Amino acid sequence: MPLAAHGRYVEGVSTAVIKTEGLTKRFARVTALDQLTVEVQPGVVGLVGANGAGKSTLIKILLGLAPATSGRGEVLGLDIATRGSEIREWVGYMPEHDCLPPDVSATEFVVHMARMAGLPATAARERTADTLRHVGLYEERYRPMGGYSTGMKQRVKLAQALVHDPKLVLLDEPTNGLDPAGRDEMLGLIRRVHSDFGISVLVTTHLLGELERTCDHLVVIDGGKLLRSSSTASFTEATAVLAVEVTDHPEDLIAEPGAEVRDRLAAAGLDVQPEGSHLLLVRLADEDTYDTIRDTVAELGLGLVRLEQRRHRVAELFTAHDDASTRGGTDDDAAS
Amino acid sequence: MTQPPDARAADTGVIHDIGYRGYTGPRLGRAHATRSLFVQSLRAAYGLGRSGRSKVLPMLLLGVVTVPAVIYVAVAVYMKRDELPVEYAGYLSDLGLVVSIFLASQAPVLLSRDLRHHTVPLYFSRPITRADYVRAKFAAMACAQLLLMAVPLLVLYTGALLAGMDFGHNTGQFLDGLAAAVLYALVPTSVALVIAAATPRRGFGVAAIMGYLVVSSTVAAVVVDMRGPSPGGSDAAQWTALISPNGLVESLVNEVFDLGSGFDRRHAPGAFGAAVFALVAVAMVAGSYRLLLRRYSRV
Repeated sequence: MPLAAHGRYVEGVSTAVIKTEGLTKRFARVTALDQLTVEVQPGVVGLVGANGAGKSTLIKILLGLAPATSGRGEVLGLDIATRGSEIREWVGYMPEHDCLPPDVSATEFVVHMARMAGLPATAARERTADTLRHVGLYEERYRPMGGYSTGMKQRVKLAQALVHDPKLVLLDEPTNGLDPAGRDEMLGLIRRVHSDFGISVLVTTHLLGELERTCDHLVVIDGGKLLRSSSTASFTEATAVLAVEVTDHPEDLIAEPGAEVRDRLAAAGLDVQPEGSHLLLVRLADEDTYDTIRDTVAELGLGLVRLEQRRHRVAELFTAHDDASTRGGTDDDAAS
Repeated sequence: MTQPPDARAADTGVIHDIGYRGYTGPRLGRAHATRSLFVQSLRAAYGLGRSGRSKVLPMLLLGVVTVPAVIYVAVAVYMKRDELPVEYAGYLSDLGLVVSIFLASQAPVLLSRDLRHHTVPLYFSRPITRADYVRAKFAAMACAQLLLMAVPLLVLYTGALLAGMDFGHNTGQFLDGLAAAVLYALVPTSVALVIAAATPRRGFGVAAIMGYLVVSSTVAAVVVDMRGPSPGGSDAAQWTALISPNGLVESLVNEVFDLGSGFDRRHAPGAFGAAVFALVAVAMVAGSYRLLLRRYSRV
């Protein structure tokens, strides 16, 4: 990947923004990262894991702030062990915790952080004005940050990570402490960071729901080990199963409508499984399956409450993993 | 991965929103970042770039150390004296308490605040290293202290020259004073920074630094005074100055530049004493610096 480093170009062999090989970090009593091998491509990538899964440790090592016990890694084609300072010139970091001095204005603080990233004074001022506007901070940027709401503080934290126009930003739990509306706005901003600003994003969270909407790709780690790394689409990909739910017969002529529908669909050659007391799961053979179900229900004079394609949710990944580990098996795609 | 900046800007058709503009200018790296941190910290020590309230104390203290110098000059001119009524270096030890108050109040501003508000890890996500951080903060606090002492010295010196006093004598005295100011700006400051780096609570930092500086120099001064007015007496009591950063510098400066007078004159005992005091001063600064490096390697 070409890195426009002020006239220099660093040619990496792969296009990955982050690449690790057998990355291991051991502390006195715990192994925070265990043989982590992962490649992160440009885009919005979610780093998912429970608290203590090793997310923060990974970020620290990627920034070149803590040495790995073993293994190696590259960020933007730069070796994390030897070129930490250069990496940090091209990477933005938004920490999870509060990091804003309360007696300083947002402008003052972000200008300072821009200069700390290596920008000359004038450029730092211009970029600060631009960046604060992009994250949606206007008049209040001249007031001391002590009086800001959580949402405004998160915006300043995001702004200081973007102010030097990095190639990659690492966002640690950016939606922490936000109300649902604030969370939506933050997620929208994160999408824009990639789509409009052209900056790659690695965002950590332990809340899965918001990642499905925001990320192109998910990296799931647990106990410092890589659980899975694949596109968000494949996490939520459609399985070939339709969920069907019907109403009772208006005149109660059919005692068990669900069973009746099941029998008829089975007779029509479809694979049908009941789920719970109301749902039928019908394997989607081809496009005609929809018609067959509709016609069957209509012939019986029943109402069709639900006809939908079943999808994996990212959340199921974890339940599937838990099941797999209790069974001692391997974790596979979550099965409904 | 990224589009060139102009292509990105051209994508948006709205006039009011010029869209995102990338940055293609120079990135000056670690040295520039360290310098920026130094300048910002030096300004912060005087409350610049911070709220109006935080400017009050440092500016007040700067006034308090400068006004007596102005008065000395005025008196000397009015009385048509051919010499200032005070030694330059002696002026600094006379106002030592004010300088100590500045140090105790502002060293935590530079270090404890960053710890308290978790700004330190954020700095380390920038090109600077941990050692750069310590270097910048140390230099900023030392320069802030030096500035506080250099301003009144400069007032005395320019006043004396404008009043037509002896150039050679005053220049020599002024340079002695500056050397003393450098020592005051290094030795007590380094100890104060170690204390400030130990706590994220500014109040604790202020109290601990003030406590240490005042108690140690009081103990040392009292021991010297107790010896009483016996000019031929032993210098053994002078060694107690080693426990006090301010006393240490004052004693060293008095001995080396042959300043001060009276029975309570504090001075390093003889050439051997001066050598020991100088060594202790160097050890205090170097040791404190190492402690700071160790402190921040764990953040």
